Amino acid sequence: MWALLLAGLIGLVAGVLAGLFGVGGGILFVPTLTLVLGLTQIHAEASSLLAILPTAAAGAWRQRRYGNVRWRPALILGLSAIIGVEAGVQIAEALPEHALRRLFGVLMLAVAVQLAWRTLRKPPYPS
Amino acid sequence: MRLVVIGLLAGLFSALFGVGGGIVVVPLLILLAHFDERPAMATSLAAIGLIALVGAVSYGFHGELKPGAAAVVGLPAAVGAVGGTWLQQRLTSRTLSLAFAALLAAIAVWLLV
Repeated sequence: MWALLLAGLIGLVAGVLAGLFGVGGGILFVPTLTLVLGLTQIHAEASSLLAILPTAAAGAWRQRRYGNVRWRPALILGLSAIIGVEAGVQIAEALPEHALRRLFGVLMLAVAVQLAWRTLRKPPYPS
Repeated sequence: MRLVVIGLLAGLFSALFGVGGGIVVVPLLILLAHFDERPAMATSLAAIGLIALVGAVSYGFHGELKPGAAAVVGLPAAVGAVGGTWLQQRLTSRTLSLAFAALLAAIAVWLLV
């Protein structure tokens, strides 16, 4: 019972982050499903995608009303990502996981610095 | 063309870590495709919906989905997402961008340690 409540609460927080930043929430769903609800890694990764569906749908539905969604780019992104997923599965089987984690970690750090730098360089109140 | 590259990278990341790929899509839409913060984040959500749908269906064929567990986290998350998008409309692009950079840095550290 407490596990269900905790999982639901983390789900709620993940949803707020998902809506706020336009991410799916999977990064919090996967550990919640394994550590709190006791799923295996593969079941958690699969079920995380299922949990992302209502999250992304609710967020996109609200964003459509705010007029922020660009549907054509979304479609192109989604379709090319599906090809990327296939490639990712092949690579995941060929490369050790910790090497991939490190590679992505370094890339994300670089992107974070670039994003913060770009934002801070701009004047705070553009005319 | 840039969108295709961003999509491919997001799919790759998504397959390797079982996530939707928004963490990749949002910053690349801003940095490479010159989207503003809010449209980047909104468009990312719509794309993620599509990616997750295809991913969930393909896992479903292998019998690896636990719909009950997914509902326990996914349904509160849908409510949270409505609150999150509401909050997003009330923050400046600058605040959003910096907060998102902080989130990315935190995830990078988590991946590295």
